Amino acid sequence: MKHLLLTARADVSESLRSRWFLLYALVFGGVVVALFLSGLTESRVMGFTGLSRVLVTYLQITMAILPLFVLITTVRSVAGDREAGIFEYMLSLPVSLASWFWGKLAGRFFVVFLPVFLAMLLAVAWGAARGADIPWAQVLFYTGFLVSLALCFLGIGMLVSTLARSSDVATGTAFVVWLALLMFMDLVLLGLLIRHGLPSEGVIGIALVNPLQVFRTASMMLFDPQLVLLGPAAYVILDHFGQAGFLAWALVYPALLGLACAAAGYRVFRRGDLP
Amino acid sequence: MIHFKNVRKRFRRAEVLRGIDLDVGRGHRIALVGSNGAGKTTLIRCLLGEYICDGEVRVNGLDPRRHRTEVLRHVGFVPQIAPPLKMPVGQLIGFAAGVCDSDPQRMYDVSMRLGLDARRFSGQPFNKLSGGQKQKLLISIALGRDCDLLVLDEPAANLDPEARHAFFGLLAERQARSAMIISSHRLDEVAALVNRVLELDRGEIVLDDHVADQVDMAGLLDCHLTLTRADAAFAETVREWGFTDEADGRVWHGRVAGPDRLRFLGVLSRYAGLLKGIQLQEAVGDEEKVRASLA
Repeated sequence: MKHLLLTARADVSESLRSRWFLLYALVFGGVVVALFLSGLTESRVMGFTGLSRVLVTYLQITMAILPLFVLITTVRSVAGDREAGIFEYMLSLPVSLASWFWGKLAGRFFVVFLPVFLAMLLAVAWGAARGADIPWAQVLFYTGFLVSLALCFLGIGMLVSTLARSSDVATGTAFVVWLALLMFMDLVLLGLLIRHGLPSEGVIGIALVNPLQVFRTASMMLFDPQLVLLGPAAYVILDHFGQAGFLAWALVYPALLGLACAAAGYRVFRRGDLP
Repeated sequence: MIHFKNVRKRFRRAEVLRGIDLDVGRGHRIALVGSNGAGKTTLIRCLLGEYICDGEVRVNGLDPRRHRTEVLRHVGFVPQIAPPLKMPVGQLIGFAAGVCDSDPQRMYDVSMRLGLDARRFSGQPFNKLSGGQKQKLLISIALGRDCDLLVLDEPAANLDPEARHAFFGLLAERQARSAMIISSHRLDEVAALVNRVLELDRGEIVLDDHVADQVDMAGLLDCHLTLTRADAAFAETVREWGFTDEADGRVWHGRVAGPDRLRFLGVLSRYAGLLKGIQLQEAVGDEEKVRASLA
């Protein structure tokens, strides 16, 4: 455990010194500030207003940015370190491979999650200062969704990073993964699949295994419990899961998927040549 | 202490190690020599458990891959090329001491002996240090803890003569209770440090020879050089070794670390036409004075 914490700490401080982290933190902080400056809290869209509206918009933007940031930066961690020759030295020290791998993942999770979470807290604090009602249940669920989404893409990133032998290949693969998930999230694409004869259950099934779509649907569900925005697909989801069931699925499934990918990555890492 | 039995390593079609059989005991100081691609680095990486290989590798009876932490706790490793780590020096020492269950102060002490005040650089990223500073720090981390196997890849290549002398002294303190594997392209770089020579060629051991073990690793040689005429390039070279001019650039005096004698003579050979006389003899005297003369 001590070695895991030491590795996590080293990864955190390395990330905090890097430019990507600065950009990443600025992007999320900037998004929240931009949402407030644009007067979104005062706008009314489909009956939703105030902090709930800000939060759901923030989550939708996060969904687009966070996975790409996490994938691009994480895939470089194992493949990049290997390529740069860092493994030869660092793994000659008596640190177990499990501590090294999971320590890196833990450190990276902290670094990835913190700016997103702090930006959300900033939104809540801003709202509270302006006298808005704080939707605490939503805030807690959103926090859980963010944890789950960050873990999911960290795990995928670690798997890609251990499989790729160079950081360029890892970055390219990560981009393709992100693009594929984005394509299977798009409701237009799902519509086309339906038009070409795929059973609706199959289409909904694809949406339910796509962590991005799960995150998106769950964040919508919190301010639109009947999923009116989603159209007929809502019936399938609500009939199979119910509202509570789907929220639980959205909290657990992406995190489990990420951990499963990370475990697969660890298995590859442990069984192969290290440098 | 180290046991290799029919160790083979293949990268796709290329077989880099071809059935290595080797036993190394405590007190063995091995020069691992061979040209580029001979398999030196691969052999070291198999020993450190970094590569999966066929055959059997054991360190103190343990498989370095399966028992990583137990094995590597006893191994001090200095790579030839310093890793491009961005972490600050203080954090690197803290991390290494933490995973090795060692006291960071010991690593700082060793770095001081090598002429590097690591505390002064503790906030500086490792990759911003000079080549010599990086090497001193990596040596400090390897020697600033309890380990009985030292694996050193061209360890003194970037060190100045004073640091080399301190480094040889540190090795001398450990020579009885440790085994050392010192990898180098050139035997003359490490010959005086070792009592056994292993030469690799295309993945096979082509020479395994025990050599005379009479060089005092912590010793020094008094050296007088007489030239036919003064020469600026020669002066610059010997000044790097701490020599002083005694007669208009034609007579030079200095001290050379015992294990560095071959390396020093190699340097002198470049100026063979200028040399009128060379006198080398064991220095006797106070260690501090000797160090001062090297400084």
